[in-house]
Amino acid sequence: MATEPDQMAAHSASQEIPMTMNSAIPEGPMAEKWTRHKMASKLINPKNKRKYKVIVVGSGLAGGSAAASLSELGYQVECFCYQDSPRRAHSIAAQGGINAAKNYQNDGDSVHRLFYDTVKGGDFRSREANVHRLAEVSVDIIDQCVAQGVPFAREYGGLLANRSFGGAQVSRTFYARGQTGQQLLLGAYSALCKEIEHGNVTMHPRTEMLDLVVVDGQAKGIICRNLKTGAITRHAADAVCLATGGYGNVFFLSTNAMGCNVMAAFRAHRRGALFSNPCYTQIHPTCIPRSGDYQSKLTLMSESLRNDGRVWVPKNKEDSQKAPGDIPEEDRDYYLERKYPSFGNLAPRDISSRAAKEVCDEGRGVGPEVGGVRQGVYLDFAEAINQFGQATIEERYGNLFEMYQRITGESPYELPMRIYPAVHYTMGGLWVDYNLMSNLPGLHVLGEANFSDHGANRLGASALMQGLADGYFVAPATLPNYLATQKPGSVTTDHAAFEEAEKAVTERLEKLLSIQGDRSVDSFHREVGLLCWDNCGMERTKEGLEDALAKIPKIREEFWSNVRVPKSGVSSFNPELEKAGRVADFIDFAELMCIDALHREESCGGHFRAEHQYTEEDQKDGLGEVGEAKRNDENFAYVAGWEHTGDPSHPRLHKENLEFEEVKLAVRSYK
Amino acid sequence: MVSIKGQPNLLHLTLKIWRQDGPDDKGHFVDIDAPGIPTSASFLEMLDIINERLIGEGKDPVAFDHDCREGICGMCSLVINGVAHGPEKATTTCQLHMRSFKDGDTIHIEPFRAKAFPVIKDLAVDRSAFDSIIRGGGYISVRTGAAPEANNTPIPKPVADAAFDAAACIGCGACVAACKNASAMLFVAAKAGQLNSLPQGQAERTARSLGMVQAMDKAGFGNCTNQYECEAACPKEIDRSWITRLNRSYTAAFARKSLL
Ligand SMILES: Cc1cc2nc3c(=O)[nH]c(=O)nc-3n(C[C@H](O)[C@H](O)[C@H](O)COP(=O)(O)OP(=O)(O)OC[C@H]3O[C@@H](n4cnc5c(N)ncnc54)[C@H](O)[C@@H]3O)c2cc1C
Ligand code: FES
Repeated sequence: MATEPDQMAAHSASQEIPMTMNSAIPEGPMAEKWTRHKMASKLINPKNKRKYKVIVVGSGLAGGSAAASLSELGYQVECFCYQDSPRRAHSIAAQGGINAAKNYQNDGDSVHRLFYDTVKGGDFRSREANVHRLAEVSVDIIDQCVAQGVPFAREYGGLLANRSFGGAQVSRTFYARGQTGQQLLLGAYSALCKEIEHGNVTMHPRTEMLDLVVVDGQAKGIICRNLKTGAITRHAADAVCLATGGYGNVFFLSTNAMGCNVMAAFRAHRRGALFSNPCYTQIHPTCIPRSGDYQSKLTLMSESLRNDGRVWVPKNKEDSQKAPGDIPEEDRDYYLERKYPSFGNLAPRDISSRAAKEVCDEGRGVGPEVGGVRQGVYLDFAEAINQFGQATIEERYGNLFEMYQRITGESPYELPMRIYPAVHYTMGGLWVDYNLMSNLPGLHVLGEANFSDHGANRLGASALMQGLADGYFVAPATLPNYLATQKPGSVTTDHAAFEEAEKAVTERLEKLLSIQGDRSVDSFHREVGLLCWDNCGMERTKEGLEDALAKIPKIREEFWSNVRVPKSGVSSFNPELEKAGRVADFIDFAELMCIDALHREESCGGHFRAEHQYTEEDQKDGLGEVGEAKRNDENFAYVAGWEHTGDPSHPRLHKENLEFEEVKLAVRSYK
Repeated sequence: MVSIKGQPNLLHLTLKIWRQDGPDDKGHFVDIDAPGIPTSASFLEMLDIINERLIGEGKDPVAFDHDCREGICGMCSLVINGVAHGPEKATTTCQLHMRSFKDGDTIHIEPFRAKAFPVIKDLAVDRSAFDSIIRGGGYISVRTGAAPEANNTPIPKPVADAAFDAAACIGCGACVAACKNASAMLFVAAKAGQLNSLPQGQAERTARSLGMVQAMDKAGFGNCTNQYECEAACPKEIDRSWITRLNRSYTAAFARKSLL
């Protein structure tokens, strides 16, 4: 069978690694755990700190802030990113804002309330102790960012402004126009630049981690490819931090940047790190739909638009091709208002996403036909414009309308917007304990790349908070617990494990270049992405997942025997070769994601199994609203941790049981 | 525009694309016949289509930089028909769409050219010189954990708003590519201006203004002769007045330094 060359080699390295999921939650009352833990954590004396080297892969909010903070503490840091500058990490694209329990609005917010909202929002699939810590450090993040010069929105009195966001009844979101991620990242980047110039950071831009090096069961380095020159390099350190972001691009189309990938996390997984809850993915209901087969990515439109827009499709299939103005009022189906009269157009994210899919699958979608289906529904502002006047609507949404027009060429003042759901964020990731260390000692995982704080569903404005919490405050405090057990500099790049890993990496690259088949890398990415979107997207079923699982090994086989990567060589700038490595991992990862989705016989948060939803009966009995996700706490209140066994089709499942001491398990209802 | 029937309109274009094998290669324009380009595709999707075709023919695809494709990361570049980021005002290359062109058009596509931005391959250039400018002083030195309570220093809204206007810079380098002298003055002025105008940034104001300008000179960027081509090319519409402000800060800083 045509598969990747280093399949078995990677597995043999993972033999001595503990496959246990010991969460290492500190003792004591919830509100005191973090303080006590910090007190009990090991310290390394300043003279010794500089003898330790830490590798940080990623320069987004999580990686950038971690690299800068660790360097300030005196450690030697090597930081890596694939873009040409650390300032360009995908965090830059976040629009809405960042949460913090400052209670500046005096509206009853508190650390406890943010903790509670996040556990509930995550549909009771996150670890309480981690979430509480996140809420605690949220307040320090805002102080830190303001001191760096992040230009948050302010009130006329000069104090910081807040807005409210989904899943919360308080206003705790800090924002910088529609570019919060950009401003936070530029803050972390400036701290990083300061440390590159005056501190202990060596920055490696345009450098991609292609493998993790494990020595005696511990993470001790990485193998990279310099994307500019093609050179393969070895880097040894006393600990490795991965902050490489999410895997949304497994679906090919998502709101993520083009380069976002799962490679670093997946390579670590193949070397023994457990991958947790890969099936928890988040779909955003309001994105600009695809316009053709050539579509390369999707763009988010703020959800706030649903406050004034009315969602509809034609009642009759035959009208799908008509101009919206030619469809009379009585032939329009305002399906959200019809099906969910109490919520209407503001129905929760997952429900409105699924409803849109349903009407499009029925053939009532609008806009261009892509792959035989019209995937779009109208979001109509005509009534709002009539009622409030164009000026008011322009004031509220002017910049969004402009962006929409730039992309689609249509003016939402004249024609209804077309929207469709898209993949946006991934809650799953590498498993970590309370110290953010994976089961593979020495390997720490930060930001969207870990599975930790959002359970099965992330609330708006909480990813930026988590990335910065992990990087500025958590990792710098917990990493010494591991480092103190290590003799600094004990492993060097001439170790046999580096030799073996480098060889595996080189062979894989050469294999990719040697195939010279008929199909482009993108064509495979599209194929596997579409398959995941159809069968492991908004709605999953047993049949659909089994179908996907039957097809993925065939896609893998064809990839490894029929992909064409331009020959310009391993040793030069070759973007197609970069993509090929990422897509190879997406194919294997897609399989893991579907396996996880198939095994989780419940619906929770972003994982909706059609077989598990509340029925009319349940609603009458007061158990839950029709169509809402139905959890199975008795059997599934655990974190899944998948071990790579050498055969990507047969990973081994481990479990961390979740206990809820502070927040009582309850149906996630927003009524 | 997508026609109501949902079928995209197609363009037949001639592309004149800069191909350059590496930093030491001389480089040259190559003509590519490009039929069947949908008007609803973005400019970079048009290049994706071209590359897919080149790969199909066993040829080397055109290398270009990009990542977010949302106009915010600053990774895309390209000089399109002589204009950095192409013909649409306040629009990055990744947000430019093919409906801005007509059937039968010839489009010249070149890299951002500047001594400080050496070509890596084809249309991809090395902009790490921008990082070196930020390292020269584009930060506020505050250690993690040492920050005071955020609301202790109220900042008047107009000041915060102006700082944001400067902070909107995406560091793409269009200002450099548009400038006859390949000066990075608008980039430097925007970042220094953001920090110099905030109360938090005052302590290092002098060092910052000097350090960033010196880093710019050292990286091989040219001098600013107030032509303001940069402002016209900037996809985020950073105002030229930031340059005036930086000049003022720099002169004051220079004078202060020579007094010491
Ligand atoms: C359109 C959009 C809007 C969003 N809006 C919000 C919002 O309003 N509020 C909110 O809280 N969240 C939002 N999110 C989510 C949030 O932006 C992300 O979850 C978060 O920024 C991730 O940060 P990170 O540091 O973990 O990863 P990233 O910022 O993705 O950084 C990953 C880093 O890893 C590097 N990297 C990856 N792989 C490798 C490799 N193999 N080798 C070397 N380097 C590698 C990259 O170069 C990069 O530096 C949004 C997301 C999207 C897509
Ligand atoms: S690709 Fe990010 S700004 Fe164009």
